[in-house]
Parts: sequence; C-alpha cells; structure tokens
Amino acid sequence: MMNHTLAEWVQLAGEGTLSAAAIRFQAQQNGCTEEQVRAKMHERLAVMKDAVRAGMDENLRSVSGLAGGQAYLLLKYINEGKSLCGGILSKAEAYALATAECNACMGKIVAAPTAGACGILPGAILALAEEEHLSREKEVDALFTAAAVGEAIAFKASISGAEGGCQAECGTGAAMAAAALTELRGGTPQQCADAAGFALMNLLGLVCDPVGGLVEVPCVYRNVGASGIAFTAADMVLAGIKCPIAPDDVILAMKEVGDALPPSLRETGLGGCAACASIKSRCKNG
Amino acid sequence: MDLFDLIGPTMIGPSSSHTAGAARIGLTARMILGEEVKSADILFHGSFAGTYQGHGTDRAIVGGLMGMAVDDPKLRDSLSLAKEAGIDIHFTTGVLRDAHPNTVRLDITGVSGRTVHMDAASVGGGLISIRRLDGMKVDFSGKENTLIIHHTDEPGMIAGVTTVLALHKMNIATMQVYRAEAGADAMMVLELDAPIGDNVVDNLRLIGGVQSVEFLKGRDA
Repeated sequence: MMNHTLAEWVQLAGEGTLSAAAIRFQAQQNGCTEEQVRAKMHERLAVMKDAVRAGMDENLRSVSGLAGGQAYLLLKYINEGKSLCGGILSKAEAYALATAECNACMGKIVAAPTAGACGILPGAILALAEEEHLSREKEVDALFTAAAVGEAIAFKASISGAEGGCQAECGTGAAMAAAALTELRGGTPQQCADAAGFALMNLLGLVCDPVGGLVEVPCVYRNVGASGIAFTAADMVLAGIKCPIAPDDVILAMKEVGDALPPSLRETGLGGCAACASIKSRCKNG
Repeated sequence: MDLFDLIGPTMIGPSSSHTAGAARIGLTARMILGEEVKSADILFHGSFAGTYQGHGTDRAIVGGLMGMAVDDPKLRDSLSLAKEAGIDIHFTTGVLRDAHPNTVRLDITGVSGRTVHMDAASVGGGLISIRRLDGMKVDFSGKENTLIIHHTDEPGMIAGVTTVLALHKMNIATMQVYRAEAGADAMMVLELDAPIGDNVVDNLRLIGGVQSVEFLKGRDA
C-alpha cells in the first residue's frame, strides 16, 4: 500500500481539502466508492460518541481501580461555568477524558491513532461540532483529515509508545486533532499540516511511562493535556502563524527523539511517572 | 497505509497493542489452525510479560483463539468462557531472542490434534506481524488475504501452486518461501489481491507434496 508524507498529502489536496484527498485515496485503495468509505467512517464516529457517553459514568472504574469517574467531575465543573479554559476547549477536554476512561475500563472505543491516545481527536471534533452545530458529514471529513496526518506520522516515525514514547501516541493524536480542527475552521491543507507540526513540536520528547504498565495513569490525563495542545496549535495557524520547521521534519525529529529514549521510558512501566512511589503503592495490578 | 488503521480499529480497550493486537494474534492463530482450539500454551515476552493482566492481553489472546473479533465485548469474559468450554489454557512469561517487545509465543492444539506453533508481535495501533510459524521464520500481517501452504521442499512446488492460482485468475500480491532445510519441510506464504473460494483451496491440497493449505481471509481495518 502507498504511504505519504505531509507534503505529499498537501500536494494531493491541491486546491481542495485534505479530507477530500484522503477520501479519494481510501476509496481507491479499497476499490469502492467514496460513499462507502464515508459510511464506514460514520460507523466509527458513532462508536466515538457512544464512548464519550459511556465514559461520563460517575461510577466507572478500571480493573486496577486507578482510572474512571474523573470525566464526570470535569464535565460537572464545566457545566457549572467555572472552567478556566472555557467554551469549546473545556468540553473537548472532558470528552477526551471520558473516551480515555471508557478505554481504560475495557469499553468499546476507536483507536485514534492508538487506544492509549483515543480521546484527543474525538474530544476535539465532537466538542467543536456540538458548540458550532456542524453536520455529521463535517465531522466525518475531519476524521479523514486526521487520518491522513496520522498516516504520514506512522509512515516516517511511529505511532507506538513502545517504540517512540507518548509523543508517538498522544503527540500523534494531538497532531491529527489539530489538523482536523484547522480544516473544520476553513484552514488550507498547508495550514492543516502546519497545525500538525506545531502540535507535535509541543509534545516532542513526551515519554511513555504508564504506572503498572497500564493505560491509565498518566495516559488518561495526557489525553486532556494533549487536547489543549491541539487547540492552541490550530489557533496559531488560523491566526496566520506558519510552522517554522517543515512539519515532515518535525515528524523525523520525533522519530529521532523516540529512538533516543531509554527503554525505561518506552511503555515498560519502569521510569517516569511509573516509578513514583506515591502511586506505585496504590496500583493493585502492577 | 489503510486510513482506517489510523482511525481504528474499533476495539475493546485498553490498549491497541496489548489488547486489540493480542486479540488479532489469537484470532490469526485460530484461523491458521482451521479448527476449534482444545488447548493453548501462551508465553508472553517483553512488555507483554510485564503487563498482560492489567491490559487484558490474556483475555484478548484467549478471546481471539475462541474466534472473537477485536470489538467483541465478550473479550472481557473470555477466560471464564474458555473454562466453561473446557479449553485448557496455560500462561507463562519468558524471554525470546531478538523478539519485538510485544511478542507472544503460542503453542496451540485443535480438537482433532492439529497444532500451530507461532510467534507473533503486536507492532502498534492494533497491527500485528507473524514472525515465526511452525519453526520457520516468516513475516506477514494477516491483514491481506493470506494463503499458508506447508509442503515438502521439492522442485516444482511453486509452479504447481501458482498454476492453480493462475487457472482461477487469482493475482498474487506478495510471496514468501521458507524451508527448514533442503528436501525437508517447507512453507509458502502468499498474499492475494482477492479472497479465494474453498474449491481453490481444495485444488491446492491435491498438488503432490502439499501437506496442508490454510486460507486467512483479509480483514477490514
């Protein structure tokens, strides 16, 4: 199968959108119509919405007891009008957390690009769509834009925490979300790529250090933080700021940094947060 | 790449590599076995060894061995379901040489006594790679339509197989051939552009020197 760099995706998009290019490509790969690939993405969008609902359960808990029930608190606080972030972003963060907690509790989710980073992209798209009354077709378009960005990163670097650290998972998720937000707000394909570059740049070096080796702490909270990065990256490019480093180069830098990470910080559950005494003692399943 | 590998798979959490990938490895082994699993020895290596319980890797592998897909909610209960079904499951951890950090070794026996010995790695995002099969080093993902043929290493085997496929107008995307040693057991792994019917598999089984033929239908992302 063919792979693309971000620059190649921008070229493929031409005067159109990144999502249109991605949908064309996928239909061609699968030997089916664009309607069929859109229908498949609609199914994934529906699973994403269900996961947010499931993750908002106050009583949700993971097998280890370390995750679950926190998204409920965040949404409640936001609904009381107290959030510092406010508006769309705070809702995106709550949805990201709910999705990530649904995942930690063995619920059904859509990996985006992985299960550990599954909250960032749906959180961003669903929150923006709700607040600005965007159609489901727009949401599906945005998912394809995100997929194109994810593909470029998987092609030249990695989307696996065990290989590249959390920058490869939440970093990629944030880059995908940043591009999706940018397109939803009318940004050009190049701006989408720049937003991905900014998001990845801001999460470069993030290590994968799951407590007890579980996709719970810090993973579910990093989905929240990475959501913030995605929105700020999109805001920068929409304000007219260009990513000073070619986004494809940022991807290569991410690969280089990932290769330099010691094994203790690549999903082995040995270093970083995983080594902190105050949580190790609370982990029943480490 | 398939874009639905980036927005997907739709899966039961918590880990695309440790849960979804593991379920796919189990399911692939079950498909290669070609019959229901009677017993399974499961060895976890690397990151799998450290965290298989918390990630549900154990439940995912066993669910896959029982034919469950990555988004099947029954994966959560597969260990008790396997027990009810009388499937003998044994877990261990160990170190495999030169293996990917997320590697599992499966030694499974089917209801008729057939066996499959497989090392497979979960390489991220739910994607998997079969690295060793029945003693031979291999490299395939199970995502494409895959034909696995065990045969004796003798002249004309490749011609025989490709002739049958050509007669049925099946296009070969990739082909790998392996052998333990000259004249001994050998294996072909072919990825095809389209699925093949049972009649083609039956025709392949009739070729002299062919020991077994298994077809794994490609999966959607």
